[in-house]
Amino acid sequence: MGSTNSTLSKIPNVEELVQETGFTPAHIVRLYDRFEALDKEKTGHLRPQDFGAINRLAINPIGDRIIGAFFSPGQETVDFHSFVRILAHFRPADKKRPKDPSMPEPVNSRTSKLKFAFQLYDQDKDGKISRAELLQVLRSMLEMQVTEEQLESIADRTIQEADLDTDDAISFEEFRKSLEKVNIDHKMSIRFLR
Amino acid sequence: MANYCSSSSMVDLWLTTAAAARQHVCFHLIPRLSGVVPESCLLIVVGLLVGGLIKVIGEEPPVLDSQLFFLCLLPPIILDAGYFLPIRPFTENVGTILVFAVIGTLWNAFFVGGLLYALCQIESVGLTSVDLLACLLFGSIVSAVDPVAVLAVFEKIHINELVHILVFGESLLNDAVTVVLYNLFEEFSKVGTVTVLDVFLGVVCFFVVSLGGVLVGAIYGILAAFTSRFTSHTRVIEPLFVFLYSYMAYLSSEMFHLSGIMALIACGVVMRPYVEANISHKSYTTIKYFLKMWSSVSETLIFIFLGVSTVAGPHAWNWTFVIVTVILCLVSRVLGVIGLTFIINKFRIVRLTKKDQFIVAYGGLRGAIAFSLGYLLSSNHQKRNLFLTAIITVIFFTVFVQGMTIRPLVELLAVKRKKESKPSINQEIHTEFLDHLLTGVEGVRGHYGHYHWKEKVNRFNKIYVKRWLIAGENFMEPELIAFYRKMELKQAIMLVESGQLPSALPSTVSMQNIQARATPRLSKKREEEIRRILRSNLQNNKQRMCSFSYSRHTLFDADEEDNVSQVHLRKMERRVSMMKGRMSHYLTVPADRESPRPGVRRVRFESNNQVFSADSVPTAHFEQPSTPRTPDAVSLEEEVPKRRNLKADGGGPRGTVSDSNQGELNYQRLARCLSDPGPNKVENYPFMS
Repeated sequence: MGSTNSTLSKIPNVEELVQETGFTPAHIVRLYDRFEALDKEKTGHLRPQDFGAINRLAINPIGDRIIGAFFSPGQETVDFHSFVRILAHFRPADKKRPKDPSMPEPVNSRTSKLKFAFQLYDQDKDGKISRAELLQVLRSMLEMQVTEEQLESIADRTIQEADLDTDDAISFEEFRKSLEKVNIDHKMSIRFLR
Repeated sequence: MANYCSSSSMVDLWLTTAAAARQHVCFHLIPRLSGVVPESCLLIVVGLLVGGLIKVIGEEPPVLDSQLFFLCLLPPIILDAGYFLPIRPFTENVGTILVFAVIGTLWNAFFVGGLLYALCQIESVGLTSVDLLACLLFGSIVSAVDPVAVLAVFEKIHINELVHILVFGESLLNDAVTVVLYNLFEEFSKVGTVTVLDVFLGVVCFFVVSLGGVLVGAIYGILAAFTSRFTSHTRVIEPLFVFLYSYMAYLSSEMFHLSGIMALIACGVVMRPYVEANISHKSYTTIKYFLKMWSSVSETLIFIFLGVSTVAGPHAWNWTFVIVTVILCLVSRVLGVIGLTFIINKFRIVRLTKKDQFIVAYGGLRGAIAFSLGYLLSSNHQKRNLFLTAIITVIFFTVFVQGMTIRPLVELLAVKRKKESKPSINQEIHTEFLDHLLTGVEGVRGHYGHYHWKEKVNRFNKIYVKRWLIAGENFMEPELIAFYRKMELKQAIMLVESGQLPSALPSTVSMQNIQARATPRLSKKREEEIRRILRSNLQNNKQRMCSFSYSRHTLFDADEEDNVSQVHLRKMERRVSMMKGRMSHYLTVPADRESPRPGVRRVRFESNNQVFSADSVPTAHFEQPSTPRTPDAVSLEEEVPKRRNLKADGGGPRGTVSDSNQGELNYQRLARCLSDPGPNKVENYPFMS
């Protein structure tokens, strides 16, 4: 446990992180180790290239979107805090959280998870997934295996199915509704082992 | 000859009785009762009555023959379960299921067996002759959760997917444990002594039995998939292959004393994605319905025979033993589930709640497998009758008491029920998106988790396996496309069957109506209908032109079809240009009114040249039914006069209609997502005669 403590002391504002994200100090240490492993040049920040070096992201169809999600708009680097905050979205939800409307929505609640996913679709951040954005996602997921027409008809169909206010785009509420039968807690959580 | 006839007629008689019993007793005579009491209970009662009747007559009622049970009655049910096993929840929970199946069953067996032995030591019970091994053997027989009983009861209560797959998966996978324990204890009790080596061998045996069973099943599954790749010319016998290979898997593994149930499950699971990609739609339907039919009949027979055997069977009643057995079974089940869940929850993302645990514990029903195993005990085994009686009592208790009360309890406890959901393309797309997202996040995290391995398996599957096992060009088709296609097809069929076709001339009239009502929703739906019908018609024609298999049913052979289609092509072109004038008005107006959504309006009409290299190219472009059974079909197609040259390699005689109107109007175009008439063929369509 000695090494954990020493690592903990290297990280600034650990208590704040713990509070905000709900990770335990042990989790944060592991994440810090990972952060350092990715940060090959030891600058204390991660740049897109560092993410790009991860093989598994490189072959992922939406890898570049995921990388983009880590960087706040306009920023070129990610510091450890932002890194942890983004990953906190994927922590399993706490069942026993009291529903306190005055407190801000915890970062790993169902809504926050869905919002995160929604933002990945909605690249221009206008609050809607337009047809073009949907097409882009479909294209990247289905790669070269389908024709343009098939893509377009799927996109049409998708929007038709989800779009309730007939504005030819999918808003966050419609997105949420179309996934109401999916157990998002399960689907969007990964295990952060101690 | 007479003997042969009589035994066949006996079988026939039993089957008829079974079918009649299920039909009438369960649905017609006591409809309200069947809402409260699960079918399995009613069927056992019927069996009891039948058995009693036979006894009154003076005949010897037949007992459920173990061989008949294991060879004929059990496989269809298991195959049905395995083939339609929902894979996603199963693999997500496979760890939990295995823990329950293996460790849970072991715990049950030893707990029940051990405590019963302790009981038998008590002088007053009068069973001091029962030794430890016999008790353990009994414990292993009675501790296994039975898939047939679970299926029968859980089918009606529509519990949420997680609990359902946990109990059901456990009942399927604990077969390996049961087989090993049963054989081990039977051998040991013959020998009389157990050494440490024997225990160790037992553990090894378990792994061999279970993994061996799975391997055998997987091999047969791959064989079946491989065979189905080549059956495109003999569609009629496709279902036969599925059944044959599965049954072979079962028999082979039983022959080697491996777990037949696991082999059957593995075979069904492995085979399904590839076979479904290869076989025709009709074969798929045939397989589905045959499996359901056989499993239904088997289940009925099993329960009826249970009832009959109860009346017939030799009984040795010992109050203490039987009652203690029942209590112990319940207690051990509850303790086992609670204890295991406590451990499991540390490793699960979605924890099991108390309610889930309760249903898992309460749903641990025993059934006919336990009875058959008991019956298989050699008849000079001491206390066989005692054991049989106790087993039957436990079965009755679980099926009647637990089976009947589980539904009210589920409602009382407000356990989450299954949410019925229509297949939704949104859900599919987003789920796949989330899969990728999670895999990516796991990559960032540096974590080799669930998604990573799933991704690896998928990739392996896509690159290596599908190539060999899926016919034609389909192996490259991404799952999403396949899903989308199936969905569209299903809806098209539904529309056709529900007779929602707008009829011929009135189609123009109906378009007018749409205008008049001016509700965007409605006309959009109409357009969708049209689009689907058109597309299905399209598919139809492509099937006909390309499939040579059902030559008995198609009216024309290939050459004739070509000529006919040529003629039709020209006729269509003429009519189209005529109709174009009239139709354009009707088509434009609604379109314009809802023009903010141009993207969705368009219903595209596309044809792909690749497929029809065998046929003459021109015929591929215009879809026409060679025998327009309904005038609707023809006129609807006339409404779609326009095609767009979407492919660069188009070339060929596309007809006069092609590009002239491109800029003019917003025509309906039919979207084709199929690029070749592979599986899910719609071979026998109402359009076609």
